[in-house]
Amino acid sequence: MAKITFITVDGTRYDVTADSASTVMEAAIRNGVPGIEAECGGACACATCHVYVDEAWREATGEPQPMEEDMLDFAYDVRPGSRLSCQIRVTDALDGLVVRVPERQA
Amino acid sequence: MLTNLVETDVVIIGAGPCGLFAVFELGLLDLKCHLVDILDRPGGQCTELYPEKPIYDIPAWPEISAQTLVDKLMEQIRPFGPEFHFGEMVTELERTEEGFRLRTDGGTTFRCKVVVIAAGGGSFQPKRPPIPGIEAYEGKSVVYSVRRMEDFRGEDLLIVGGGDSALDWTLNLQPLARSLTLVHRRPEFRASPDSVKKMFALRDAGEIAFEQGQVAAVKGEGGQLEAAILKTPEGEREIPCTRMLPFFGLTMKLGPVAEWGLDLHENLIAVDTEKFQTSEPGIFAIGDINWYPGKLKLILSGFHEAALMAQAAKRIVSPGERIVFQYTTSSSALQKKLGVL
Repeated sequence: MAKITFITVDGTRYDVTADSASTVMEAAIRNGVPGIEAECGGACACATCHVYVDEAWREATGEPQPMEEDMLDFAYDVRPGSRLSCQIRVTDALDGLVVRVPERQA
Repeated sequence: MLTNLVETDVVIIGAGPCGLFAVFELGLLDLKCHLVDILDRPGGQCTELYPEKPIYDIPAWPEISAQTLVDKLMEQIRPFGPEFHFGEMVTELERTEEGFRLRTDGGTTFRCKVVVIAAGGGSFQPKRPPIPGIEAYEGKSVVYSVRRMEDFRGEDLLIVGGGDSALDWTLNLQPLARSLTLVHRRPEFRASPDSVKKMFALRDAGEIAFEQGQVAAVKGEGGQLEAAILKTPEGEREIPCTRMLPFFGLTMKLGPVAEWGLDLHENLIAVDTEKFQTSEPGIFAIGDINWYPGKLKLILSGFHEAALMAQAAKRIVSPGERIVFQYTTSSSALQKKLGVL
C-alpha cells in the first residue's frame, strides 16, 4: 500500500491510496483523478496518462524504459520527470509519492 | 485509379479478433467473406497496439499473447478462404436492390448481401499533435500524410517526429522543399538506424536543420502557417515555416461509419441482442464498436455476437433455406467444411 498525491494544473491535490503491484495510472482512474485519460488501458500504447514525477521521487520511480520513452514522444510538454503513469508500478517504497498532472494529454 | 469489383456474400469491416472469428461462424453456414482493414495485417488492436501482451480471459486459454490469439484465429478460419483487403478503408456504403455496394479509398468496390462492422475502436488514423490551435491550419498548411510530393515544392517545411515516417519524409522531401527542419524531442530516434544516419549526413551538409525540442505553439493567419514556436533545452525558438507534417502516431476514430445513417449510442453502433443487427437491416455490428444494454468490451463477447449474427446473416443470404443447428464435434457436414473429414 502506498499513499499517492496527484496535483492537477489548478493546484488541487488528490490523495489516494494504491495497492502494491497496481500502477499509478490505475490509482488515478479508480479515484477519478481528472486529467489522466489512459485511453489504451495501460498497454503503453498511447500517451494519455502522462504525469510529472516530483523531483524528490525521481530516483525511487526510476527512468522510463525505451518503449515508454518512444511513447512519450507523442505527449504534450514533456519535461524532466515526465513518465507514463501506467508504467510506474506501486511499491511500499513509493509511499508518499507526489506526481503532477500536465495541462493536457496527447 | 484502378477499380476492382468484388462480389461476395459478406463484407466484414475490420480484421481484428471479432472480424476474424466472424469468418468462422459465417463459413460454417457456407457464407463467403471478404475483410477490409486500414492496417496492413490482421489482428486490429491486438497486433497493432500490444502484440506481446498476455490476455487472461480467453476461455480455455489461461494465458495467450495477443499475437498468438490472432495467429490461432487465422489458422482456425483458413478452411473458409477469407480474402483480405489491407491498407484500405471503406468510405461509402449504399443500399442496392440486391444488398449493398461499398467503396474503399483504395478503389475497391464490393457488391454483397450482408455487411458486418467489426471495426473495434474505429479506424486507425494519424493523431493530432497536442499543439493548441493547430486545428485551424489542418488540411491547408498542416497535413498528416503526403499525397503528392509536389505539394511541398518550394515550401519551408517543418517535420515533427522521431519515427520512420518523419525520417523517411525528411529524406524524400528535402530535394523539393525550399528549406526543411526536422524537430524531435530527444536525440534518440525510433526510426531505422540507416535513415537516421542519412538524416544527420544531410544536416552536416547544411541541407536540412535538426532541432531538438517540442512544438509548443504555431503562428499564422487564415490557416496559412508562418512559424512554429519550439521549446528546446536552451529555451524558446521561433522557426519560420509554411508547411508542417506532424507524425504523432495513430489514434482510433469512428470515421466514415458515423455517416452511414446508423443509430448511434455515444459514438458506438446500437444493435439488438438477438442478431446484433444495426438500425439498418442487413448491416450488423459486433465487437467493441457496438452497444446494447449490458455490453462489455471483451473479445469473448464479440465471439458470441459473431455466432448469433451469422445465423441472421444466413437468413438474409439464403432466404427460405432451413438452418440446421449442428456441432462441429459431431456433424460430418461441418467437419467436411473444416477439412478434417
